[in-house]
Amino acid sequence: MSAPVSTPTATRAAALPRHAHGLAGRAAASIGTPGGAVFVLVLALLVATVVANPNFGDPGVLIRFLGRTAPIAIAAIGQYYVIVSGEFDLSMAAVIAAQVVVAGNYIGDDTGRNVIGLVLMLALGAFIGLLNGLATTLLQVPSFIVTLAMMLALTGLVRYLSGGAADAPPNDDFREIGRGTVESVPVVDVIPYPLIVLAVLSALAVWLMRRPFGRTLLAVGDNPAAARVSGARVWWVKTRAFILSSLAATVAGILLVGYAGVHPTVGDGYEFSAITAVVLGGVVLGGGRGWVLSAVAGAFAIELLFTLLTVLDVDATWRDTVRGLIIIAAVAFAARAWTVGRRTGTRRTAPTTPATPLTTDLSGPPTEPTPGTNTGGN
Amino acid sequence: MRRTHLKGVLAGAAVLAVLTACSTDDGGSDPDPDADSSSTGSSDSEWFVQADFDQQREQMGASFEGDPAQPYLQYIDGPTTDTAQWKTDKPMKVCFANASISNPWRQTGWITMNQQLKVLQDSGVVSAMETRDAGDDDNKQIADIDYFISEGNCDAFIISPNSTAALTPAVERACETGKPVVVFDRGVETDCATTFIHPIGGYAWGIATAEFLAENLEEGDKVVALRILPGVDVLETRWAAAKKIFDEKGIEAVDYFTDANPEKIKSIVTDELTKGDVKGIWMDAGDGSVAALEAFEDAGMDYPVMTGEDEMSFLRKWEETGLTGLAPVYSNFQWRTPLLALEKIAKGEPVPAEWVLPQEPITEDGRADYLEGNEGMPDGHYAKFGGEDLPGYPQVWQDRQIP
Repeated sequence: MSAPVSTPTATRAAALPRHAHGLAGRAAASIGTPGGAVFVLVLALLVATVVANPNFGDPGVLIRFLGRTAPIAIAAIGQYYVIVSGEFDLSMAAVIAAQVVVAGNYIGDDTGRNVIGLVLMLALGAFIGLLNGLATTLLQVPSFIVTLAMMLALTGLVRYLSGGAADAPPNDDFREIGRGTVESVPVVDVIPYPLIVLAVLSALAVWLMRRPFGRTLLAVGDNPAAARVSGARVWWVKTRAFILSSLAATVAGILLVGYAGVHPTVGDGYEFSAITAVVLGGVVLGGGRGWVLSAVAGAFAIELLFTLLTVLDVDATWRDTVRGLIIIAAVAFAARAWTVGRRTGTRRTAPTTPATPLTTDLSGPPTEPTPGTNTGGN
Repeated sequence: MRRTHLKGVLAGAAVLAVLTACSTDDGGSDPDPDADSSSTGSSDSEWFVQADFDQQREQMGASFEGDPAQPYLQYIDGPTTDTAQWKTDKPMKVCFANASISNPWRQTGWITMNQQLKVLQDSGVVSAMETRDAGDDDNKQIADIDYFISEGNCDAFIISPNSTAALTPAVERACETGKPVVVFDRGVETDCATTFIHPIGGYAWGIATAEFLAENLEEGDKVVALRILPGVDVLETRWAAAKKIFDEKGIEAVDYFTDANPEKIKSIVTDELTKGDVKGIWMDAGDGSVAALEAFEDAGMDYPVMTGEDEMSFLRKWEETGLTGLAPVYSNFQWRTPLLALEKIAKGEPVPAEWVLPQEPITEDGRADYLEGNEGMPDGHYAKFGGEDLPGYPQVWQDRQIP
């Protein structure tokens, strides 16, 4: 993809849109988009945290922080698949809680059940995702409702299994997945297992999004009708997205039961965190656009915010309010970043395109909606 | 394209609004900015009443009437309610409006209560107990009580209120039926009930724990206070009393709401440890104490001085780690008392109008006895559950099948 280094580069560079300028150019261009801006946000929050308390800049502390955030990031990856296909998954937190309680109840002290327990949990996760997906695609119920109902159903199950209270955690071997670390690593001291799991799942996600499945998923999210006409099995693509989402929640649950233990509140707010992470990562709600690693970065931004408020000693009673306001501000900022990013892109490309009616309209004030194209069909 | 984008933003905003609204219910939108300022002096605030604080401090040293081997029947001498009008030989149908069984403390008590019920059914005092669980919902509990009043055919009411102010009118309506009404655990703003049963209270918890931490820490040391949720009087008063004492003794205390979520607890404690030394952990309930200690383990830090609760998970971890600790108690055996009060009422014996039960923390010296006495009990079990003489002991509590 990168432009060959030769004399015509300079002239070509001027003619090309910024995102075709090779790696550095692409990176520079992407910072203007929300998908890139989220990395700036993460960096800013990190700097703010470290400035507020230098202890947080210690590599050993940072790596543990990354490990602790892995479950949220993994949930965000799962949510990404669903959102990019144009749907929502609100059942994530309930899936996590259900898996945590299942781990406590079924596996418990019995190390012999660890492997079969893992397999069962993943199977349960896939099954929940399948139900979500089929109800959304074949029964045509909005995913908002389907997954909300699934959340209620699972919450009931959790209440039934746990009575709504803490339970003994599964054995330490099982918890090691979420609590253990690779010891005596230079510089960072330890590498938490959850971070390794996150790295593997991120790599798989990037790979998957470059596969036909990923391309189709984006196409389905962008325009389901067009995707259907061009031969994609929309229902099956979307259903697989739901399955991936539930599986991601399951993995998050497995890590969390190790990190924290068994409590029906584990996973609380994860649907919120995951959706916010995805939105902060610049993935367009409604589908069709966004980079999966930006969603991961969004998850880190959210967790950093949580830590920053702790570092700044924000009063307990105000904490959620402050978080909510900052998230709204960040999402609003992300939304603006898209417009700004696109506007510059349009200007650059404008000379190379013939003057279509669309570009003529856009030459006016950019905030004014284009008649017909942008305001019509409400 | 822009239209789609705008829709996306709107949808996003809607999701955020809905979800934030949900989450702030638990933690953020607490209408109680005074909780912290209560510490500034003796001035009263919503959750700190100096007179109650003083009274509970006095009750901590009071002598209790009755047999110490049956703490669930002990009480502080005071005004009584005459119950001659309810004297009966017929078995009573009891209607129990329960706030919830959504935490291990309530679950343990609920199991004990059911075993106590069996005893009274066998002795012909109670014919049946119809229970409605409000699931932590005020509205549901008000509806439950009204249902009992109109259609329950109840001979007596037991009410464990979900919240103080909201449930007051419903309890008053129950009183107006002229039948005995027993209120226990959290209070209501009326004294119409036949008896209001509770351990000494939240201030006593706060006093015992904060004084323990202050004794074992230096001035200027930092304590992280892990609180479950705002707005519940028995929890708010624990913190209000503790904060007052921390301020007096120069202990730096920072508080968090955790929903008893072990993940949140561990993250909070980890961040606090990164910020600087944490010398003490204070909890308004023991649920999640193990997660707090695991944060110290994972960070490779020395254990803090800690106050948890008489929950088995904390007692075991406390013994295993050898940390300096105290297990304050919000006497779980009070779940036996309402039914036993009805037994007294059926006999026409007077009952204390406010039945204050003993509330004594478990110290390191006493810990071994409680660990031994509750061997084999699950982690969520409460050491001072007080049901050792009931049928089914210990199997029923070990199985912990919620009735």
